[in-house]
Amino acid sequence: MAGESKRMPDKKGRFGPYGGRYVPETVIYALDELERCYRQFKKDRRFRSELKGLLADFVGRPTPLYYAERLTAFLKGPEIYFKREDLNHTGAHKINNTVGQILLAQRMGKKRIIAETGAGQHGLATATVCARFGMSCIVYMGTEDMKRQKPNVEKMRLLGAKVVPVTSGSATLKDATSEALRDWVTNVRSTFYVLGSVVGPHPYPMIVRDFQTIIGRETRRQSLRLFKTPPDAIIACVGGGSNALGIFADFLKDDQVKLIGVEAAGYGLTSGQHAAPLAKGKPGVLHGAFSYLIYDDDGQVILPHSISAGLDYPGVGPEHSLLKDSGRVTYGTVTDAEALRAFEQVSRLEGIIPALETSHALAWLMKHKRKFKKNEKIVVCLSGRGDKDMPIVASAGMLDE
Amino acid sequence: MSKRIADMLADRGTRKLLVPFFTVGYPTFKRSLDLVRAAVDEGADMVELGMPFSDPMADGPQIQFSSQVALKNDTTLKSVLKAVSDLRQTINVPLILMGYVNPIVAYSEKRFLADAANAGADGLIIPDLPVDEAKSFKSVADSHGLSTIFLVSPTSNKERVEQIDGLSTDFVYAVTVTGVTGSGRKFGRETDDYLKRLKQTLRQPYVAGFGVSSAESACRLTRYADGVVIGSKLIGLIREAKSSREAVSRVAGFLRTIRRAI
Ligand SMILES: Cc1ncc(COP(=O)(O)O)c(C=O)c1O
Repeated sequence: MAGESKRMPDKKGRFGPYGGRYVPETVIYALDELERCYRQFKKDRRFRSELKGLLADFVGRPTPLYYAERLTAFLKGPEIYFKREDLNHTGAHKINNTVGQILLAQRMGKKRIIAETGAGQHGLATATVCARFGMSCIVYMGTEDMKRQKPNVEKMRLLGAKVVPVTSGSATLKDATSEALRDWVTNVRSTFYVLGSVVGPHPYPMIVRDFQTIIGRETRRQSLRLFKTPPDAIIACVGGGSNALGIFADFLKDDQVKLIGVEAAGYGLTSGQHAAPLAKGKPGVLHGAFSYLIYDDDGQVILPHSISAGLDYPGVGPEHSLLKDSGRVTYGTVTDAEALRAFEQVSRLEGIIPALETSHALAWLMKHKRKFKKNEKIVVCLSGRGDKDMPIVASAGMLDE
Repeated sequence: MSKRIADMLADRGTRKLLVPFFTVGYPTFKRSLDLVRAAVDEGADMVELGMPFSDPMADGPQIQFSSQVALKNDTTLKSVLKAVSDLRQTINVPLILMGYVNPIVAYSEKRFLADAANAGADGLIIPDLPVDEAKSFKSVADSHGLSTIFLVSPTSNKERVEQIDGLSTDFVYAVTVTGVTGSGRKFGRETDDYLKRLKQTLRQPYVAGFGVSSAESACRLTRYADGVVIGSKLIGLIREAKSSREAVSRVAGFLRTIRRAI
């Protein structure tokens, strides 16, 4: 497995059998152009130093690796650490990627930026870098998500982005992504599509992973300083899978580090209403890539469900599909109810309100603490903060006196 | 390579091809077949049969709508194949299936292509399967005598146009504009130049589609293109009609106008 992630994907954008480019001919040239520019600028000194500067001074990196002392004491299990991506500017890991992509857009001379969003964190991170670089920004968002992530809609608008409501299908992330792709097919010459996770056609899964890999690189450095070794296990939630790959990528070659991805089980894996393609799906094609996907016997995509808008997606990044098949990463699931409980407990124990997405990773650890020995060091990717989720937890009755 | 398509192309003389598109199962299974038969009566040279998908990313609002209705009517690939064999009882024009990759993956590519050939289909157009990903699909389709028609776009460079030409059987489908189906933009000089360029580069005939909504636009495109595909406009006419009789007569009337014009 050593160095695998560095060589992946292959020339055709494949992670083993997964990935590829299942898109209309019209955007093929744009994907080629994006890949060419990315490979060129990745090595470019000026590009790298500008990215580094922005990550430090605009985003606020490095983020801390924080010992969750009271949660550790409460669970009476392994030592728990949080990689604090919630402390990034705009409150989630998403901005690591949007800063990188906006620099690419700028160098490619594209002034019109589009994005899809579920939780609104990627939309917000895109609107933020667009404001910073003076670019026009259009964010596609399902009307269902606009309701449940209202604070983020307001922030995007304040930042000057146009939030376009999407009503088709389930009016969530899946449909917002389809709509963003339709916009891109139409305006491809002028427009840069800032994709928010390690999904979509090649080269997006590679580019987004690479921009998020900073999470794992810092975690390694910080672990070596704190523990003298890498952590024993790393846990992250998986929607499309960008925060998870971001923190995993640098540890894939360390076979002794257990890597655990947590999908959303919604109302339960047997309820038919979940967002867990790795647990319950089959390989298929959606939004440009071949990867695990939840669909019925006729090949129609099943409307997913998760209380967390950022995990409410029927597909997953192609590299995760390969990591599942190879067994290098273990994937688990957590229900809405379990995630809500973790959300509340971690808020009270640590004074940190985690995003509902992140709460899935926390809930998995709380449920499975017995899998770990007492002195083991576990890092949870605290992918984002939870203030955006107040409307959801309020309607779940959590805030009643 | 489909004999029906080859014969049709050989016999067409200087006539431009009229290729209507209907979504199977829209407005209902039976009525979608009535529409196809009416279109053939009006002189359609081939018919495209849409296979509905839940997430049609290359389609605009009209075909998204017809797909949703068709899915609500429980339309599956099996129903599409049944539509083909039902139609084959009475009509002899080539039938081209148009749809997305995932339902075919679910059915199994090998079995689906075998069943499609048996039902009497002649070719396939899969908008989310560019030539780069089509190797196994192409070879299985070839082995069953099914034509594979790939799309070229205004953004395809010369090298890709040649590659698409090489992998397409019988003819090529030219997307008129960057965009999704039914985009209502006017065709201008840029489209003319693009279609002219295609005429010079392609070795095979080509039909032009996406956003053909009037006799005027059909005429403009067929100055260079060998035919036109009309889809969203027909769905729109069916949507506006108050009865299924009216839907058939509106569609027939519109196709008659185009047939005369091109
Ligand atoms: C805080 C947070 N964590 C996780 C996710 C899930 O995305 P990914 O799996 O790409 O990290 C989101 C998506 O919106 C998010 O906002």
